[in-house]
Amino acid sequence: MKILIVAETKESALRKTSFELLSQASELGSSDITALLIGKGVASLAPQLGHYGASQVLVAEHDLLEHYTTEGYTYAVKQAIDSLQPDLVLFAASANGKDLAPRLSARLDAGLVSDALELKHDGSKFVAVRPLFAGKAYANVSIASSPALVSMRPNVVSVKPADASRSAEVSNLDVSGLSADMIRAKVTSVEQSGAGKLDVAEADIVVSGGRGLKGPENFNLIENLAEVLGAATGASRAVVDAGWRPHGEQVGQTGKTVSPTLYVACAISGAMQHMAGMSSSKYIVAINTDAEAPIFKVATYGLVADAFEVLPELTEKLKAAKG
Amino acid sequence: MDIIVCLKQVPDTTTVIQIDPSGKEIVRDGITNIVSPYDEYAIEEALNLRDANGDGAVTVLTVGPASAKDALRSGLAMGADSAIHVITDESPLGLDSLATAKLITKALEGKSFDILFMGRQAIDDDAMQMGSLVAELLDIPQITTVIKLEVNGKAVKAHRTIEGGIQVVEAQLPILMTAQKGLNTPRYPSMKGILKAKKKPVEEIQASSMGIDLSPKVIIESMTMPPARPAGRIVGSVDELVKALTEEIKVV
Ligand SMILES: Cc1cc2nc3c(=O)[nH]c(=O)nc-3n(C[C@H](O)[C@H](O)[C@H](O)COP(=O)(O)OP(=O)(O)OC[C@H]3O[C@@H](n4cnc5c(N)ncnc54)[C@H](O)[C@@H]3O)c2cc1C
Ligand SMILES: Nc1ncnc2c1ncn2[C@@H]1O[C@H](COP(=O)(O)O)[C@@H](O)[C@H]1O
Repeated sequence: MKILIVAETKESALRKTSFELLSQASELGSSDITALLIGKGVASLAPQLGHYGASQVLVAEHDLLEHYTTEGYTYAVKQAIDSLQPDLVLFAASANGKDLAPRLSARLDAGLVSDALELKHDGSKFVAVRPLFAGKAYANVSIASSPALVSMRPNVVSVKPADASRSAEVSNLDVSGLSADMIRAKVTSVEQSGAGKLDVAEADIVVSGGRGLKGPENFNLIENLAEVLGAATGASRAVVDAGWRPHGEQVGQTGKTVSPTLYVACAISGAMQHMAGMSSSKYIVAINTDAEAPIFKVATYGLVADAFEVLPELTEKLKAAKG
Repeated sequence: MDIIVCLKQVPDTTTVIQIDPSGKEIVRDGITNIVSPYDEYAIEEALNLRDANGDGAVTVLTVGPASAKDALRSGLAMGADSAIHVITDESPLGLDSLATAKLITKALEGKSFDILFMGRQAIDDDAMQMGSLVAELLDIPQITTVIKLEVNGKAVKAHRTIEGGIQVVEAQLPILMTAQKGLNTPRYPSMKGILKAKKKPVEEIQASSMGIDLSPKVIIESMTMPPARPAGRIVGSVDELVKALTEEIKVV
């Protein structure tokens, strides 16, 4: 079984999703795993892909590939698929992966399963589990095309430890045919919000605040706890719509879907549309004054208390516990 | 400026989902259907662009069963000028994304547009595929998950969200874009809009007559309910919570 994984980088480093894809590929029992590394000046990252399980790394280096663009990256992945003829191509269901993978699905006329939670091979075809209706149901799907394309939801596959003794064969992919006119939608700048600020969608711990916090000035309680935990900050739609928090923080059906190890919901009632975005978190902590709040139904640990009283105490005590 | 908006009829966000005995569909009886929320951002943006431009028309298009006509009427009531209904016999989950994309592409044949708008995702299949699929089949550029947009003449400048930030993307019309929350605040249809919608033209096309192979490449074999979450417990104090986090689940 030949597998191609499309690695993702951010600020000259490999993103964790790339290692998740490599772990998923080896879990399928394949030993023929090629990682595609796309960018400008990214070749130095190739050995690390080997440590995480790639048997081969293809490096697609080009000035025009410095930033992600749909058409530039589609061209590069298509080149790799043409040269390798893989049975399976794995993408991360990240912002860019979700933009890219379907473009390839149409170009190759190949089936794509997006946002998969699990992936197996049943001896004759690839079968995956993916959520429908915001996770209220799961579908077991099979893919009737070769290659099969799958984007995996970030944070669901656990990463196998790196082994520095493993090395991949590294070669260059020919992307010399790429020219500026092929990229019709051009990326003119990339703006990161707040240096080092974690995004809710990729953080391992998320601390979210809701309307019960009464005003934007009180979100320092959320930020302080997030800082101690090394967490990203999230929000309910009620507080985003009120203008207290930026859109990028909204968790839920019309915001982001998150699957962190720990999700802390503070003064959030737990409306169906909010839970749609966070109920697949491994552990959930809920802090709410209302013992009947629906959020407690999904909470691993619930604390019926006033967030204004307990958040400072919790932050201090966790800080002390961390030493 | 001529704009086409693809919209999908989906169960309301508060629907309790139950799996149909076939295992390949959900129970549709008694469900309240809505226009997928992200598509409303697309319609709103299209109407604003049309009105700011002073000319052109907004057409709403859907691929779906007979009942999906209601979704088109909602789009018309918001202010779209005309509608196209590609009528399918398949149940909504029976068509996969690629087959639907081919139907949309075929239905657009011979129709000119400056912008083709879609929603970021349809909240039933949550596939997030249609924008890229159709843009590729039509061989036009795409900008997905747009939260800010400027169109000047033929020039498009859009902000799309990525993890932890935004990308600024520039392109020329014609283009496909997918809309998301933050782009605008969708209007509610007025009474007058609802009445007017009844008289607006709806073109109907039978999917089965379009000569497209609709057999899915991604096949739903079965559906299951998500695994129940392990039971949790109420803790009595901050100390107990700290202990749980540090000693039981050891995430801190
Ligand atoms: C189409 C659609 C899409 C939607 N999408 C989303 C989405 O993506 N994300 C989302 O979040 N919502 C979404 N919603 C909105 C959702 O229905 C709820 O309105 C929203 O989640 C409520 O936010 P909240 O929990 O912050 O506020 P509320 O429901 O008002 O809850 C506030 C909670 O704070 C508690 N509280 C009050 N004071 C304190 C205190 N001092 N200490 C502790 N607790 C306190 C209260 O007991 C209450 O439970 C959507 C709705 C629709 C119709
Ligand atoms: N059957 C359909 N008819 C019309 N538009 C659709 C259909 N399915 C999806 N779309 C459009 O594509 C977007 C993304 O859908 P999806 O890829 O299914 O998540 C939706 O928000 C709609 O704008």
